[in-house]
Amino acid sequence: MSFTTAQIWIIIIGLGLGSYLLRLSFLGLIGGRDLPEWVLRHLRYTAVAIMPGMITPLILFPQATGGALDPVRLGAALATIAISLWTKNATLTIFGGAAVLFALHFAIG
Amino acid sequence: MTTPLSRDFWQGFRDGAPFILVIVPFGAVFGVVATEVGLNIAQIMGFSVLVIAGAAQFVALQMMVENAPVLIVLAASLAVNLRMAMYSASLAPHLGQVSWWKRGLISYVMVDQVYAASILKYDQRPEMTPAQKLAYFVGVAAPVVPPWYLATWAGAALGANIPAGLPIDFAVPITFLALIVPMLRSLAHVAAALVSILGVLVFAFLPFNLGLLVAALLAMMTGAEVERRMSARRAP
Repeated sequence: MSFTTAQIWIIIIGLGLGSYLLRLSFLGLIGGRDLPEWVLRHLRYTAVAIMPGMITPLILFPQATGGALDPVRLGAALATIAISLWTKNATLTIFGGAAVLFALHFAIG
Repeated sequence: MTTPLSRDFWQGFRDGAPFILVIVPFGAVFGVVATEVGLNIAQIMGFSVLVIAGAAQFVALQMMVENAPVLIVLAASLAVNLRMAMYSASLAPHLGQVSWWKRGLISYVMVDQVYAASILKYDQRPEMTPAQKLAYFVGVAAPVVPPWYLATWAGAALGANIPAGLPIDFAVPITFLALIVPMLRSLAHVAAALVSILGVLVFAFLPFNLGLLVAALLAMMTGAEVERRMSARRAP
């Protein structure tokens, strides 16, 4: 890495400020004004539109295995979905998923 | 005396507490990797305190290792955080009425887990007032954000003493799955999630993680359109 101290701080502060402005953007500008129904209808699906896409590559092509399909991680993901459907409880799902992940890691990893 | 608002805060706190399992290893790994790259403790803490977005921080680190120009480092890592603008828009109908300095504070702690847990709660309990929604949001953030700072610091201080080879990278997908599955409660939500998964695979060739944003926009349009058709069919 060949950055000067000033350049490193420009990156840190630029990324921090930019991220903050992205987070503030709509919440800050729109405030309490009412949005049209068609916009609200789209916004209702924001979470289910982003999060599955974010984790799909992490599940199918994990960096830790150089992008190869990994039975430990795939198994843990499927178990996590099953536990979530079964318990309907996020806390139990996170603990259960982590338990299956480590069990598979030490059994077959 | 227990007021209704403190009840919402503690409910959020309880719902946010399990995320510590994810935040701690993620933050610690960032501290370790950033130390190995050659950043000092002030710079590492600068990242975790000013940015609070693990994925974008790792992208910035990776680009710095590759000696990319400063502007490219910023563009690539900010692109990863463009999704935050979508979170901001999605929270506006719920939290837009609270005062401007509270919105400024909410924006600082708007990380994936806090956003997802809150929006899930708002969907399940639409009768919540903006003040209750705010208390819940702050409650979820309380056990998430301080451990992020502490874990980053611990990772930077302990360095490479964390055992290698453990699959801790997978803590993030597990938490997200625990948040996403309960959201799939209508055909429109399921359709949006499927388009999101397929879209990210189809548009994987786009640079700077833009494939995720294209996939997310298509998925939002899918969800909205399925909802419109279902309610049109139900109407008399």
